[in-house]
Amino acid sequence: MRRVYDQKSLRQRTIWDHFILGLLMISTLVVMVPLLIIVGYVIINGAGALNWDLFTQELGSPARAMQGRPTGLVHTILGTAVVDLLAILIAAPLGLGAGIMLSEYPDHKLNPVLRILNDTLNGMPAVLKGLLAFSLVVKPMGTFSGLAGGVALAFVMIPIIARSTESALMNIPWTIREAALAIGLPRWRVILSTVMPAARTGLVTGFLIGFARAAGEAAPLMFTSFGSNYLPNHWSNMILGPVDTLPQRLYSLAISPYKEWHEMGWAAGIILLTFVMILFIAARFLTRQKIKT
Amino acid sequence: MKSTLIFKTLGFLAYSGIIILAASCGGGVSEERSAERETSDASRIDLLGAGASFPAPLVTAMADEYRDETNNRVTVNYQSIGSGGGIRQFVEQTIMFGMTEAFLSDEVMADVEKQTEGRAFNIPITLADVVPTYNLPGIGKGLVLNGEVLVDIFLGRITRWNDPKIAALNSGKNLPSLPVTVVHRSDGSGTTNVFTSYLTRVSDEWRTRIGFGTSVNWPTGIGGNGNEGVAGAVINTPGAIGYNSLSYALLNDMSFAYVENSSGNIIEPSYAATTAAANIDLPEDTRVLFTNTPAPDGYPIAGFAWMLVYENLDKNNAINSRRQAEELVQFIIWSITDGQELSEGLGYARLPEAAIQRSFDMIKQIKWRGDPVGQEMLKKAGLI
Amino acid sequence: MQENQTANPELKRPLSIIYRWLGDRIFLTVTVALGSSIILLALSMAFVLYSESSTTWQEFGIIGFLRGTTWDAGLHLKFGALPFLFGTLITSLVSLAIAFFPAVAIAIFMAEYSPRWLSGIIENLVQMIAAIPSVVIGIWGIFVFAPWMRETFYLPVFTWTADHYPSLLPVLGNPIGYGITTATIILALMIIPYITALTNDAIRQVPKEQREAAWALGATRWEVIRMAVLPYARGGIMAGAMLSLGRAVGETMAVAMLIGNKNTLPFSIIGPASTMPSVIINEFREAVENLHLSSLMAIALSLFVISLIVNLIAAYITRKLSITGGQLV
Repeated sequence: MRRVYDQKSLRQRTIWDHFILGLLMISTLVVMVPLLIIVGYVIINGAGALNWDLFTQELGSPARAMQGRPTGLVHTILGTAVVDLLAILIAAPLGLGAGIMLSEYPDHKLNPVLRILNDTLNGMPAVLKGLLAFSLVVKPMGTFSGLAGGVALAFVMIPIIARSTESALMNIPWTIREAALAIGLPRWRVILSTVMPAARTGLVTGFLIGFARAAGEAAPLMFTSFGSNYLPNHWSNMILGPVDTLPQRLYSLAISPYKEWHEMGWAAGIILLTFVMILFIAARFLTRQKIKT
Repeated sequence: MKSTLIFKTLGFLAYSGIIILAASCGGGVSEERSAERETSDASRIDLLGAGASFPAPLVTAMADEYRDETNNRVTVNYQSIGSGGGIRQFVEQTIMFGMTEAFLSDEVMADVEKQTEGRAFNIPITLADVVPTYNLPGIGKGLVLNGEVLVDIFLGRITRWNDPKIAALNSGKNLPSLPVTVVHRSDGSGTTNVFTSYLTRVSDEWRTRIGFGTSVNWPTGIGGNGNEGVAGAVINTPGAIGYNSLSYALLNDMSFAYVENSSGNIIEPSYAATTAAANIDLPEDTRVLFTNTPAPDGYPIAGFAWMLVYENLDKNNAINSRRQAEELVQFIIWSITDGQELSEGLGYARLPEAAIQRSFDMIKQIKWRGDPVGQEMLKKAGLI
Repeated sequence: MQENQTANPELKRPLSIIYRWLGDRIFLTVTVALGSSIILLALSMAFVLYSESSTTWQEFGIIGFLRGTTWDAGLHLKFGALPFLFGTLITSLVSLAIAFFPAVAIAIFMAEYSPRWLSGIIENLVQMIAAIPSVVIGIWGIFVFAPWMRETFYLPVFTWTADHYPSLLPVLGNPIGYGITTATIILALMIIPYITALTNDAIRQVPKEQREAAWALGATRWEVIRMAVLPYARGGIMAGAMLSLGRAVGETMAVAMLIGNKNTLPFSIIGPASTMPSVIINEFREAVENLHLSSLMAIALSLFVISLIVNLIAAYITRKLSITGGQLV
């Protein structure tokens, strides 16, 4: 440190300090600007393409769009709801269980393995999770299905939920557990009735983040839920048959050669973005609250 | 008190059980929807098909039309996943019908025969035509090319547009000395299949070095993703040559070449010329490539797109009931007869009469547990 | 899960065995079963990818497949992963190089310079980038960014090169807009939040005393950061870089939509290329031949191994330095 003081005058150092500050601010701007541009484009183009038909009509063939007949994404929106719901229902117990195991039974001998595998699973590309669901669900079932899509998305959610559950439960001071144990509650009651309610906000935040992250994934759905141009004729085919989902439909619309479908792609983009952003903002809001209280 | 405790324990233990409950609740949403669409659930049928992307606009439009015609009784869900995917999923029996621009190979046919004790039928549904598209400043459509020149270009042997071989075919046109930039599809595609099968037909060198298929190992050029990617690259690069389906080239106002066919006639690509190309002596199973067609007024770079179904529909795991089988056959019959009316409006050539007759012959043999449902449905439609 | 803080005297005796001993047993068993299923999931992923790709390994050998440069699903059925390995490594490393300094700069700015309200806003915005679905960024890339890059940069550069150094054209590549450069820039934008979040966490963990000591020596603010804060936060920054590298390696949709998909080497600077995830997305649904399918699975397995290594390094650093990584990562 001394060398610096010897060589440079205070003035030089202050100038350097300001220069760095400028550099940092420019960097920040350079990143913020494209972000705002992306969001801006999606909102402007998407809002322009929004119309009532999108929420009431099915997609059908490209000819429908080109000839100006009503066409929309109602089957996609419903399909997304079904697949995402299936995913969270599968992922929630697994993620919660793993989180409880990591934080409430810290001495369990499987924990180091579980922790490392959970972290690596979290970092695995979603496309691989799609391939796994393809091999585990689509192949044995013999058909592409909403269920397979749900399983694939659950693979995306599970590590996120496990990790956030662990850290949410860890944040609850041990004294609370000790107090509950001291009044004679068995361990499982301590966890279910004391620790988990206290960590409720943290748990929900984790669910929301896992949900938001999975809801935007298209790659795992390409080989699992497959896609469809219509609502299925029988409701069970939403789960047992191929269904459409927003991210995967957005991809097919965007790479299609039809101008009308590109428009609809922007509309799908704004719907998907809104959906994910609501989840994301809710999660942020909850985190903020937790810090305050 | 007791009960709440037990309930809680059970609640946690049986959480996964809720999945089933919620699954039905998730379905409840759609049930409401279909109730709105007035007809009762029991009589409705979902058909699932997948495959080639080139005929997808036509088949999905047929699905729209057919759905209206049957008052929502039959919904045909067709997903374009490429010819390769169509064959694959058909063989794996995850779909009720496949769609492809490359007919089933003998090995696949034999496999199917072993597995289902019946044949796989390749039923022509429409025609695919591919035109060489280019970007030459000052020259509109109508540059004349033949097989030899196309092979030389796509092998990277002709590198300038004023090459004597091109000039010889186009006397009177002022060819620039621009370098030739070859653009090809980077994704697997039936368009590539038809185009390379033409090059294979006209050149032994192409056949042994490159071959044909939905994606081949191109010796030169740049890749574009989809019809659009190729079109984009061609439009943006002076001196570029690529290949697109005729309807796409027409729709986007691209310059395309006239091609000399095997009879030595120079053919302007058109739907009529494509239909004419298929007007040849077809084998019974219609598994034939007629690129470089012998028909004198046929356009040489064209081929069928086929629908794939099993002879024994009951052996297809994706089909669960006789009713589904019957509805599937009815849809196939409709799509090669009334459905053809949609062709020109969407940029497709109609099937020639010969192909439709061959298809009827195949449909007659379709069975469900030994019953000739194909024949029954043809009778019902009043076609035999 | 309401009150019940007090043990109910009625229950104490008769139910104590079920309630206490058995209850704990069952709860532990269920929890461990659920937790182990994650272990099982991770292992089954490795197993499934391996067994589905075994034909390829037998056919070409591990080295042969990884070094093979031909991807020919048409005639010769020869498959080699080198173009995709190369594409993945180039795009992810270059995007990390692009993203690294701005991302760290944002974290420093947020933690050390900006007022609290502003860092709150910046933090939320940066994390918003991470929340935007990759397909949404992809559609913007296809219709706005790629054409804009083509008009503003690629075409002028291309024509200039064509006029002055035509021999460099093959190195530069074709200016169609979709290509390795476009994809890499988008990728850089997408991984920034990961580096920023971890750097931010690491900087916040630097003890107050460390800073105060440097202030006391009369250091300027930047000198405090450089000499007291950054060396201390080094581990977190490294972990962030590794995690974002993992993201970049696995990013699929935006890259597949923008990279132009060319399966043969050599790649050029602005021309189309391919990565491991992009080839899987493009060809998996279309593959007919078993060998083609199994080669795609082999690529998936290689991708798995690369991600595994990157993530293990990141996990090692984060666990060792007990960096939480925020809710985000």
